[in-house]
Amino acid sequence: MLEIKNLHKSYPIGDSSLHVLKGINLSVKEGEMVAIMGSSGSGKSTLLNIIGMLDEADSGDYILDELPIKNLTEKKAAVYRNKFLGFIFQSFNLINYKNALENVALPLYYQGMKRKQRQEKALFHLEKVGLADWAHHLPKELSGGQKQRVAIARALAANPKLLLADEPTGALDTATSHEIMAFIQQLNDEGKTILMVTHEEDIASMCKRIVRLKDGVIMEDKPVTQVRASQYV
Amino acid sequence: MFKFLFDRDTWQEVFDSFSKNKLRSVLTMVGVWWGILLLIGLLGSARGLENAFNRLFGDFATNSVFIWGQSTGIPFKGFQEGRRVQLSLTDTKKVEENIEGIEFVVPRNLRQTSVTRKFQSGNFRVAGDYPLLDMVEKKRLLNGRFINQNDINNKRKVAVISEDIYKQLFEKKEQAVGQYILINNINFKVIGVHKLSNVNMGPPIDMHIPFTTFQQIFNQGDKIGWVMITGKPDYDIVQIEQDSKLLLKNLNNIHPDDKRAFGSANAGKEFGKVTGFLTGMQFLTWFVGIATLIAGVFAIGNILLITVRERTKEIGVRRALGATPFEIKRQIVVEAVFLTLVAGILGIITGGWILILLDHLFGQGDDAAIVNASVSILVVFIALFILVVLGTLIGLIPAFKATSVKPIEALREE
Repeated sequence: MLEIKNLHKSYPIGDSSLHVLKGINLSVKEGEMVAIMGSSGSGKSTLLNIIGMLDEADSGDYILDELPIKNLTEKKAAVYRNKFLGFIFQSFNLINYKNALENVALPLYYQGMKRKQRQEKALFHLEKVGLADWAHHLPKELSGGQKQRVAIARALAANPKLLLADEPTGALDTATSHEIMAFIQQLNDEGKTILMVTHEEDIASMCKRIVRLKDGVIMEDKPVTQVRASQYV
Repeated sequence: MFKFLFDRDTWQEVFDSFSKNKLRSVLTMVGVWWGILLLIGLLGSARGLENAFNRLFGDFATNSVFIWGQSTGIPFKGFQEGRRVQLSLTDTKKVEENIEGIEFVVPRNLRQTSVTRKFQSGNFRVAGDYPLLDMVEKKRLLNGRFINQNDINNKRKVAVISEDIYKQLFEKKEQAVGQYILINNINFKVIGVHKLSNVNMGPPIDMHIPFTTFQQIFNQGDKIGWVMITGKPDYDIVQIEQDSKLLLKNLNNIHPDDKRAFGSANAGKEFGKVTGFLTGMQFLTWFVGIATLIAGVFAIGNILLITVRERTKEIGVRRALGATPFEIKRQIVVEAVFLTLVAGILGIITGGWILILLDHLFGQGDDAAIVNASVSILVVFIALFILVVLGTLIGLIPAFKATSVKPIEALREE
């Protein structure tokens, strides 16, 4: 469902430029759960941003679900993001003056869905992450784990093909991290394709496949036996 | 295209971002509110002043000139300079017949003379007048009536006295009409008491008696002291004044260039000065009001720019979730217009209160300095329209700023 061929990306730094991605080839099938690992500066976040259409590659092909992603206008990129992708961020990125329900409903708002339908659907997803009782609380009234669960519900709301997670457990303690990972694994079990960036080995080992990046090239790409997070919870 | 304006969610977003930043939004709105408040307050007061002036001049034919004889300044046709110039009734008739654009010509005789009633007496200014005077200088009668044509025809010994004289010669609450007073030792019946008007050309007159009566008791013959000339509305009173003076000079053997022979007071000229001043003031009002308004709108743009800067990350998140740049821009413009409109409407309402307050303080009674201070509804709508336009334009700046940052950079912002 995701094909990346010979992807290059460099950033200008002053007069010179920094070559961040030097020919990435990656293919992800439906239902996979892939961890992208690497030290900082390895280009893992850049890769995720390009996959998330937040950034654009200099050269190379990126095909998402048989749709070539190239030279998108801002508007088209926005529509694709909304339709195909769900984002989970390290720092949750909830809108702090909107309550949990409204946060979850936001992608649906940009889909142009009617208010009532939107709220029903958002509540359904909140129930799924076990936070239906917290629907009308503001983010500041929620714990870190709860915030991330709201963010996951938001990512799921538009029913995306691909879930992109950028260090989803980076701001959480171990116990909460495992809790969140258990939840993400459960989503994968239900058939969601998940791509996540992490630098923690134990989190990566909870995925089904690990792609290691170093200095902009893929060093290693191998399937792993999944460690179930639920055993720690 | 404007469907989104009727969408509850658009407004939900506006109210959310408003209620989140109450203090900032309120401070922002103060600028515009103050601008429109000033505009409405100033315009209303200017209008009130204008109304007050109009009311002041309302009793008075503004298109009029007063001419009286003085003494010549240039020798002419064998006459030496310094000769006294005496206007006559014949002169006024000629003026009325020959000068173009004249509405009324009203002659008047004037004399300082002793007036006695019972044990009170004094020296007062007595004028012999025609009923036509009422058309030039509207007499506000407190009691009784003004001189009429019958009084003129029958040379009746009747007098219309001013409120001032009434107070000097009569007891408090005493009925003056029907009583007799002695003018120049001749009995006159008081037929009316009038209030002196606010605007007077020449000296204030203490009492009016019929012109013909004046002629007879003071042995005036054909002589008159003053003539008041009123022009038709579409004629230039300055021109009429020049024409009349030239004719009068011709009739009285006075050198055409003699500037001293006749004295005159042109109400039209004075009135023009006042209206010019009022027009200037209105212009100033508009200028100040709109300048303040623009400053206020810029303040809104400024604050929104800061807001957008603060919300960079939020905007990045929204874009990651699928908001198109157009939707982001639209939202910010709607917020800008909404803030300006609410501030503007509040400004109009409070401006109205200020006008009400002004009316209470200065707008009561006959001699009010400000009469009916008000702003036309059209002006209000124009002001609102300008606000919407300015709000949209100023909102575009932060809107473009908001979407000029790539979502990835916006998200990276901490």
